Amino acid sequence: MSLAKYALRRALVSVPVLLGATAITFSFVYLAPGDPIDTLVGFDAVDPAVEEALRAEHNLDRPLWEQYLLWLRDVLVLEFGTSPITGRDVAATIAGRLPATIALGVAAWALSLLIGVPAGIVAAVNYGELEDELSRVAALAGIATPNFWLGLVLLFVFGVHLGWVRVTPPDAPLASLEMLWFLVLPTITLGTASAALVMRLMRSSMRRELNEPYVRTARAKGLSERTVIYKHVLRNSLIAVVTVAGLQVAFLVDGAVVVEQVFSWPGMGRLLVEAVGRRDVPVVQGVVLLIAVSVVLANLLVDLAYAVLDPRIRYDR
Amino acid sequence: MALLEVENLSVQFYTEDGVVRAVDGLSYEIERGETVGVVGESGAGKSVAALSLLRLIDDPGEIVDGSIRFRGRDVLSFSSDELRRFRGNDVAIAFQDPEAALNPVYTVGEQVAETIRAHGVASGDAARERAISLLERVGIPDAATRYSHYPHEFSGGMVQRAVLAMALSCEPDLLVLDEPTTGLDVTIQAQVLELLEELSSSFDTAIQLVTHDLGVVARRCDRVVVMYAGRAIERATVEDLFYDPSHPYTAGLMASIPRIGDGADRLPTIPGRMADPVDPPTGCPFHPRCPYAEPVCETHRPGLVDVETGEPVADATAPDHLAACHEHTGDLDGGLEYEVLIDDETTASGGGTDP
Ligand SMILES: Nc1ncnc2c1ncn2[C@@H]1O[C@H](COP(=O)(O)OP(=O)(O)OP(=O)(O)O)[C@@H](O)[C@H]1O
Ligand SMILES: [Mg+2]
Repeated sequence: MSLAKYALRRALVSVPVLLGATAITFSFVYLAPGDPIDTLVGFDAVDPAVEEALRAEHNLDRPLWEQYLLWLRDVLVLEFGTSPITGRDVAATIAGRLPATIALGVAAWALSLLIGVPAGIVAAVNYGELEDELSRVAALAGIATPNFWLGLVLLFVFGVHLGWVRVTPPDAPLASLEMLWFLVLPTITLGTASAALVMRLMRSSMRRELNEPYVRTARAKGLSERTVIYKHVLRNSLIAVVTVAGLQVAFLVDGAVVVEQVFSWPGMGRLLVEAVGRRDVPVVQGVVLLIAVSVVLANLLVDLAYAVLDPRIRYDR
Repeated sequence: MALLEVENLSVQFYTEDGVVRAVDGLSYEIERGETVGVVGESGAGKSVAALSLLRLIDDPGEIVDGSIRFRGRDVLSFSSDELRRFRGNDVAIAFQDPEAALNPVYTVGEQVAETIRAHGVASGDAARERAISLLERVGIPDAATRYSHYPHEFSGGMVQRAVLAMALSCEPDLLVLDEPTTGLDVTIQAQVLELLEELSSSFDTAIQLVTHDLGVVARRCDRVVVMYAGRAIERATVEDLFYDPSHPYTAGLMASIPRIGDGADRLPTIPGRMADPVDPPTGCPFHPRCPYAEPVCETHRPGLVDVETGEPVADATAPDHLAACHEHTGDLDGGLEYEVLIDDETTASGGGTDP
């Protein structure tokens, strides 16, 4: 009951953030150099009459706030218009690329948690021992390695040299085994830095929790060390990690742009790079807005997870 | 054979400032069903001694010497499995600062039931029922609802009771209570003490009651261990201690009990500060603060002796009145010049319901 109320309140807080994101995205039209009409006509010289007609069609003759509201109305029903460059429907173009990016993002996110959390636990429990030192070195390497470089090295070693994987994606549906096999290297490339970060965070969070008095209570009650760690300490330690796992979504989107380039992965990151290169403003707007929405949603989910893990959050506000 | 026998216990912490001798050759024993008070100023080593009983001293600390026997079994040589069965089941502890002692993310009821399940006393719904009845027993109203509340929803006095319920959940033979009444207001304090009285008589539980409140000791304890700088400097029955304090430190502690009419502030305690645990004074650790100190006190460490005979006691189980002061071996020229004025109203002035 209290949790639902918290969720609702938290969701309402996201609304202004999303509105802000749409306003910034909308302004791309005017932030691009030159008159917006130039973007529409692909910087060709056109007949003034055609130009007038285009202005009217795209509402460019109306006041700015009206243009924004009209645009927002379309955006709310996922109507991003037609790309002046390719002539294709923007929403359809994005929808075509979305599954590939989601697959990559989810895989990398899962990898970062599946490796980061257990490795962090091992490091914290074996504080100062060999396991801890090894994980420290691995994390440092993971964080310090630029993802494009890691991607190229992996591609060279496993693709070119050993020939275990293809260098470009196979021509197969996303849900096929071939495609999943190909996804392994991009996932590692994208997930490594996140995994390293999650691991360090898990370790420090757990170290801190292990010194809390409730841990001594748990031991004093005669609980096994397993129960002490996996029941009492873990849940408290995860609170800090969950916060970062949400921020990771933004981090991963950022990385996806680069990793998709390296692996010719047909996702939104590549689409964004292509669209920026072609000054395809509606596509850029669509992709950026989608990214903004997913980051906001991820953070909303994080806050909910946070409230589930930590009962104090639900009441303290 | 006493229920608990602690002999020559020494615990050290290795810190940046040096080796802290938190407990330094402590010996005492507790018989079945009796309540033994452990008193002393802050830093005397009361909590560390209590933690040692359950082998809960972690890094950077270590039990370096001594023995702890529970029903004749050597606690310090328990395997980790034996230790797990011993903790919470044979000896249970309620920590100082109970609010921090509970896990914030689990309900209070779950934390009580968990102990019951861990020791196989009951499982599933039976464990839950038992936890609820324990919460009821320690005086938590509406215990069935309170079961599913989180620690932060409890008041300080409630948390203290919940922690007591947790400690009692497996009917331990010895209950170690570290400052169970500190931070509670007088009414709740009196309630908790009454509760202890009732519980110890109905469960026949022995209690090691750690406190720096002599009023609590006077009302609840059978015997008392006075600690200073990690050692027992006096051990006596509660009557002997109050009518015939045989160490200047004990006398000083008593002089500092606030009395009705003294005003709200606690009286200043014994002048000077607790001995530095890293670099304790030579001889008697109390001599720098002792009004009766003589040269011999600076050079010779007094042993715990029978105050009547001046003879050292061989084992920890001697139930006599013991004190560690040169006075009792006749080594002081001047003697101890304090007088004990017995004022029954004062000793009973803690605000309780005792006659
Ligand atoms: N974890 C630790 N690390 C270093 N020193 C410690 C640690 N725990 C306790 N000590 C030291 O051991 C000594 C005894 O501490 P202890 O907590 O037993 O005192 P106490 O008698 O319980 O005092 P209080 O009345 O304040 O609770 C103190 O000097 C303290 O600084
Ligand atoms: Mg203490």
